Amino acid sequence: MTTKNQVILRVENLSQHFKLGRKNILKAMDKVSFTVNKGETFGLVGESGSGKSTTGRSIIRLYNPTDGDVEFLGKRISGKIDKRTESMLRTKMQMIFQDPMASLNPRKTVLDIIAQGLDIHKLYKTKKERNKKVYDILETVGLSKEHAHRYPHEFSGGQRQRIGIARALVVDPEFVIADEAISALDVSIQAQVVNLLKKMQEERELTYIFIAHDLSMVRYISDRIGVMHLGKMVEIGSASNIYNNPIHPYTKSLLSAIPHPNPLLERYRKRVDYDKSNIDYDEGELVEIEKDHFVLGTEGEIKRWTA
Amino acid sequence: MEKILEVKNLCVSFKTHNGVVKAIRGVSFDLFKGETLAIVGESGSGKSVTTKVLMGILAKNGIIEEGEVLFDNKDLTKITKKEISNIKGKDIAIIFQDPMTSLNPTMTVGYQIAESIIEHQGLTKNEAKSKAMELIKLVGINQSEKRYKQYPHQLSGGMRQRIVIAIALACNPRILIADEPTTALDVTIQAQILDLIKELQEKIGLSIIFITHDLGVVANVADRVAVMYAGKIVEFGTAEEIFFDPRHPYTWGLLASVPDLNSEINKLYAIPGAPPNLLYPPKGDAFALRSDFALKVDLEEEPPFFKVTDTHYAATWLLHENAPKVEMPEILKVRIESMKKEVSQYDY
Repeated sequence: MTTKNQVILRVENLSQHFKLGRKNILKAMDKVSFTVNKGETFGLVGESGSGKSTTGRSIIRLYNPTDGDVEFLGKRISGKIDKRTESMLRTKMQMIFQDPMASLNPRKTVLDIIAQGLDIHKLYKTKKERNKKVYDILETVGLSKEHAHRYPHEFSGGQRQRIGIARALVVDPEFVIADEAISALDVSIQAQVVNLLKKMQEERELTYIFIAHDLSMVRYISDRIGVMHLGKMVEIGSASNIYNNPIHPYTKSLLSAIPHPNPLLERYRKRVDYDKSNIDYDEGELVEIEKDHFVLGTEGEIKRWTA
Repeated sequence: MEKILEVKNLCVSFKTHNGVVKAIRGVSFDLFKGETLAIVGESGSGKSVTTKVLMGILAKNGIIEEGEVLFDNKDLTKITKKEISNIKGKDIAIIFQDPMTSLNPTMTVGYQIAESIIEHQGLTKNEAKSKAMELIKLVGINQSEKRYKQYPHQLSGGMRQRIVIAIALACNPRILIADEPTTALDVTIQAQILDLIKELQEKIGLSIIFITHDLGVVANVADRVAVMYAGKIVEFGTAEEIFFDPRHPYTWGLLASVPDLNSEINKLYAIPGAPPNLLYPPKGDAFALRSDFALKVDLEEEPPFFKVTDTHYAATWLLHENAPKVEMPEILKVRIESMKKEVSQYDY
């Protein structure tokens, strides 16, 4: 594997507030900071409404963040950016969505869907080269050349997700945000797609942000994990830190809720309820409690949790 | 144990533009009193269609070709619409995946609970209201007076699913069918709903058919498990038998393709290919084309059920006495060993 300590993405105090009417503001994401290293998979977990998807979308500029900075490959990509940075961002960073049917244009052939990125960025000289690039990427993701002239509805869910992956990878990105990319798929197909994502990562030295609510899958695919709750990043650490030594009570509660495929264990398991009443997210700061393991909390809170 | 429901050789087809889809191809199972039977399988395996037959809510283009469903000495596939509407919602109740679509957005949730009480039990409006209030409390919602008057959109997802459960329980059903009831919910809420269902089962003595594709959930709720593939049950047994001693290659693939939180594995086993198109159901064992363990006979002849124990059966030729000795994939073996170890560690 590549050296995993070169920072490729730095997110600092990123906030995304949505106005709901004149008075109410929804803080979908509030002062979130983290870094992602080159070649690693950074998992983002949390329940619905925790801001994990908002984080992904704000990074790739699908939303315009309220506040904060994002730095990618050493360049600032939030706020106003020039055309060259924009074009770099649009090829080097790609996204894979949850519902492959909704994210593929039903009136275009697979060839045109995948080639759209190439067309926009003029990444080929001849039409032949364009088609060859598409055929090649189709083979890479486990489909074949013959599939190129069909329409999305002719494919199964797993195959559609492969098309989504092909579309993301054809422009040769370095960074891919997968937002619930496997949630809509069947168990056996999920494994196929996850293995494909891992293989692509090894072959192309890709960096992933993997957003999902399936915590066992996140654990399996991620090197580092960020746990989000109510728009805040409450804990960041290596996958084993988060799963074997969770500190924040929310992380503990979340982990205790995952059902294990082990009937004997399940029968006696105790779930931990989460009580937020004496935890103030706004007061707390991300504190490093061991190497590469950060927890959001005030001094008093952290003392209580680590005692 | 007392049988409460018996499904015998059920075959269901759907007429579509492209031809006849054989969605269920000979499904038989028993449901015992007070137990939870989990039916697992991928989309299109026929698990939801099975429950729709039980409820008499099969789509219009669906045809029950063969088989019977015995409940109270009655065959549910043959009785009239009127008779079935006396059973459905009363003796057999169902909860669906998405609580938002199964609730009426224009009615208060309280009235939606009371409605079926008035319909089936002939109580007055006021009596029904106080019973509905009790049910709201029973499913763990506070401030029942206030909640009674609220509309579905004013409740959270977990609370909506609790209301759906309250509606299902309103007429003291004997069988509850839960069709992916937690799939649309967050893990923390899922855990609460699963606990609630188990708690209610103990209190009321319900028999539950639990449809899901999540093996973690199965492990949590099931007494017995039936694994479905391409319109058939391929293996059934107690939860422990299915998780610790699976025999069908499809069950192996299914178990090995979910990551386990506790074991450090670095590659998932993925079943190659996709399920067969049931417009043209394959000859022989439907899983043979995706299986690493397929025998010649699998492509020719459908395997019957072979007995493993009194409660555990699997439909695979691998269990035939003349079959070559085949062991489950290494990944799964290691996993099961580590799961057993884990259990002994906790020493319950």
